[in-house]
Amino acid sequence: MEFFVAQILTGLANASSLFLVACGLSLIFGVTRIVNFAHGSLYMLGAYIGLTLMEVLPGHFGFWGSILLAGIAVGLIGVVIEMLVLRPVYRAPELFQLVATFGVILVIQDLALLIWGPEDQLGPRAPGLRGVFRIMGEPIPKYDIVLLIITPFIALALWWMMTRTRLGVLVRAATQDREMVGALGVNQAWLFTGVFALGSALAGLGGALQLPKGGADLLMDFTILTPVFVVVVIGGMGSLPGAYLAAIIISVLNVFGVTYIPQSTLVLMFIVMIVVLMIRPYGLLGREEVAGEHGQVGEPEEPIKPASARVRAIVAVGLALLALLPLFGGNFALVLTTDILIFCLFAASLHFLLGLGGMVSFGHAAYYGGGAYVAALLVTWTETPMELAFLLAPIGAGLIAIVVGWVCLRLTGVYFAMLTLAFAQLLWSLVWQWQEVTGGDDGLVNIWPAGWLNDNTIYFYVALVFSVGGILMLRHVAHSPFGYALRAARDSKRQAEATGIDTRRVQLLAFTFAGFMGGLAGALFVFSKGSVFPNELEIVRSFDALIVVFLGGVKTLAGGVVGAGFFKGVEDVLTRFEYWRLIMGLLIIFVVVVAPEGIVGSLRRAWRHFGPGDSQDAATTKEERRL
Amino acid sequence: MSAILETRGLTKTFGGLTAVDDVSFALQKGELLAMIGPNGAGKSTCFNMLMGQLPPTSGAVYLDGEVITGLGPRQIWRRGVGRTFQITATYASMTVVENVQMALLSHNGEIFRVLPFAHRMHRDRALALLDMVGMAAQADRHCAVLAYGDLKRMELAIALAHDPKLLLMDEPTAGMAPRERLALMELTARIVAEQGVSVLFTEHDMDVVFGHAHRIMVLNRGALIAEGNAAEIRANPLVQDVYLGGGTVFGRAEKTDA
Repeated sequence: MEFFVAQILTGLANASSLFLVACGLSLIFGVTRIVNFAHGSLYMLGAYIGLTLMEVLPGHFGFWGSILLAGIAVGLIGVVIEMLVLRPVYRAPELFQLVATFGVILVIQDLALLIWGPEDQLGPRAPGLRGVFRIMGEPIPKYDIVLLIITPFIALALWWMMTRTRLGVLVRAATQDREMVGALGVNQAWLFTGVFALGSALAGLGGALQLPKGGADLLMDFTILTPVFVVVVIGGMGSLPGAYLAAIIISVLNVFGVTYIPQSTLVLMFIVMIVVLMIRPYGLLGREEVAGEHGQVGEPEEPIKPASARVRAIVAVGLALLALLPLFGGNFALVLTTDILIFCLFAASLHFLLGLGGMVSFGHAAYYGGGAYVAALLVTWTETPMELAFLLAPIGAGLIAIVVGWVCLRLTGVYFAMLTLAFAQLLWSLVWQWQEVTGGDDGLVNIWPAGWLNDNTIYFYVALVFSVGGILMLRHVAHSPFGYALRAARDSKRQAEATGIDTRRVQLLAFTFAGFMGGLAGALFVFSKGSVFPNELEIVRSFDALIVVFLGGVKTLAGGVVGAGFFKGVEDVLTRFEYWRLIMGLLIIFVVVVAPEGIVGSLRRAWRHFGPGDSQDAATTKEERRL
Repeated sequence: MSAILETRGLTKTFGGLTAVDDVSFALQKGELLAMIGPNGAGKSTCFNMLMGQLPPTSGAVYLDGEVITGLGPRQIWRRGVGRTFQITATYASMTVVENVQMALLSHNGEIFRVLPFAHRMHRDRALALLDMVGMAAQADRHCAVLAYGDLKRMELAIALAHDPKLLLMDEPTAGMAPRERLALMELTARIVAEQGVSVLFTEHDMDVVFGHAHRIMVLNRGALIAEGNAAEIRANPLVQDVYLGGGTVFGRAEKTDA
């Protein structure tokens, strides 16, 4: 019993930071509809800034003052981010802003490295709170008790602000209907900035507050991101009481998990999330999203047409040149091109889902990494011949996709995205923690292709054939009746259902197909590297694909492939520099701001303006539709 | 003449509110039947039950003598019922003709095919349908750039794609300019005459209703209060009461007529 109480108290104390960060994210999403991936980075900044301030400021006042000042400082950083990076892209297609926030992550990572160095920093103990209290005989750190007591007060203060102040009224109104708030004369730009600053400040506060417990390191941005997303989704997007409740549930669960089933703490969190969303699709205290409320921002997509003979000829020549690469390129060029080809296929499979299907998956790595692991596990444990494992991998990934899709397709929009992320993380944590089978962190090694393929040149051709084949197949399906039905389900579910199209079945099949293709990319990957590690299933891998698809252009057919090819190439050049993330992040932000329609979309627009046949009517400009 | 569509005792309650109360009517082959009534009369609820979007609390819907209550929108469509929406629902990323081709693909059970290019399939038939509604010239335009009236006509072509025996039109002229409204209803009336389709529509524009409907039903507070041809409905004191309130009935009824 004593132990039990102590566990709960620890859980409640841990919930503190999580709650602060999560409610900041929730606020930002509720009002601006931006899924702020950079929220973990703001949390990290809060920790580092707090730490620096604590070194300067002495005593009680110094400690608590530093926490407060860290919050304010991060709030100001939030203002800068919002005004410089997000404001220019509010009118961009839905969810495009998250690409910008991903650029911010990269920039902040390298800036933190520059300023504070690579070493993990220990947080100072809070003055006067060094020891432990004995509660029913169990030792509880004094700082935990303080956290546990002040968190409800912070929550109450936020609740008071939300329900009793003018700002709170505006925020709640904007969460329900932004347009109406704008129509009533509220300056939306400043409301958005204000909310973003507030959310950022809360993240900074959360980061500084956990210093005595966890310190500061350069990985904490992604470490916190996952539980924060889980908390926000379980609690219900935009609901503060929901975030508090969920933060407590997750933290307490975590503490008990560590004690009783240390092997599956991570898995547990995602299982809870999946169960909650299956029973209450919009979170514990969330409201159903009104469909179409903030649907397609920007212009509708252009009609598509299969490539003309001329475009095909150009592509064929390009491929032929690529096939000649082994003649003039070195070994390095071959390996790099193989990587790029594989990544292009991965991105194309996500683009199929995202662009044609309108299904935003945040967890596409589940199929890429899933395919890789299926192959690796088969080879490791059943000594399956490489050729067979290679074929079974995409099928395995497709099966994973059927299950995930079947569950996730009950939801739409951001909730769908979050649930796909949860499944990907579930898979990742399974692989991470089920060491006996998957090797855990050590991964699976010695997964080499069969002897006759075990040569970089030959494997390059394998990758070329399967990647290009896969991409062409995805493209072909886009023009087939099935691809049209998929677009119909995206454009107007109402009309599609009213004309006999089973939209859910169409979408599930498309989800499975995309998973299959992702798995094919994963299989190509694992045999090209000879090993696979859990990071192929990580959130970062999913984001990689997401970013290039958005940057390439969601509303264009070639967007995924072009984006992937471009950024993988750039990445290869940049990673030779020490602070490559900074440059990459700035590049991403630059593209987002300058070309909100993505690379291909913007090229198409430029073509229309300056190219031949500059007519506004889509009927006469057939050429650009083929891009 | 046999009834294409028939309802018997159709009722829908939401909690304590009876939105549709024991509605029974029949729609004959080749008939253009209007359902009118003030806001909140239960027209849309009634329509949603006919299309399978809402299950009725009690009562039944018959299509060609067969019960279709409990079937979903997709199954009802497969049995030969087309519909148009009050607010158009179109595939904004496709061309006009592709919008129609989509319905034809679905009708032919070709949704899950991946082989031929979709834009080549059933193109002629789709063009013929567009020609019927006067949209053939715009067939290859991007549907997102169309005027609203043209979208409505395109939607009519989509609804006619599978040669329906019954067409349900929910406020077909809502949001259109007055001249366009009459043109669309004339078109509908012509199609009814030429193709032998039966049409049930709801409408707020009385010019449209009295000008083209063969027969009119009046719904008020969920119940059917009158049924008859234009002259009978105009003369019906109950209908006048519902639309104009009690009192000086005659003078204002004239105005509606204008």
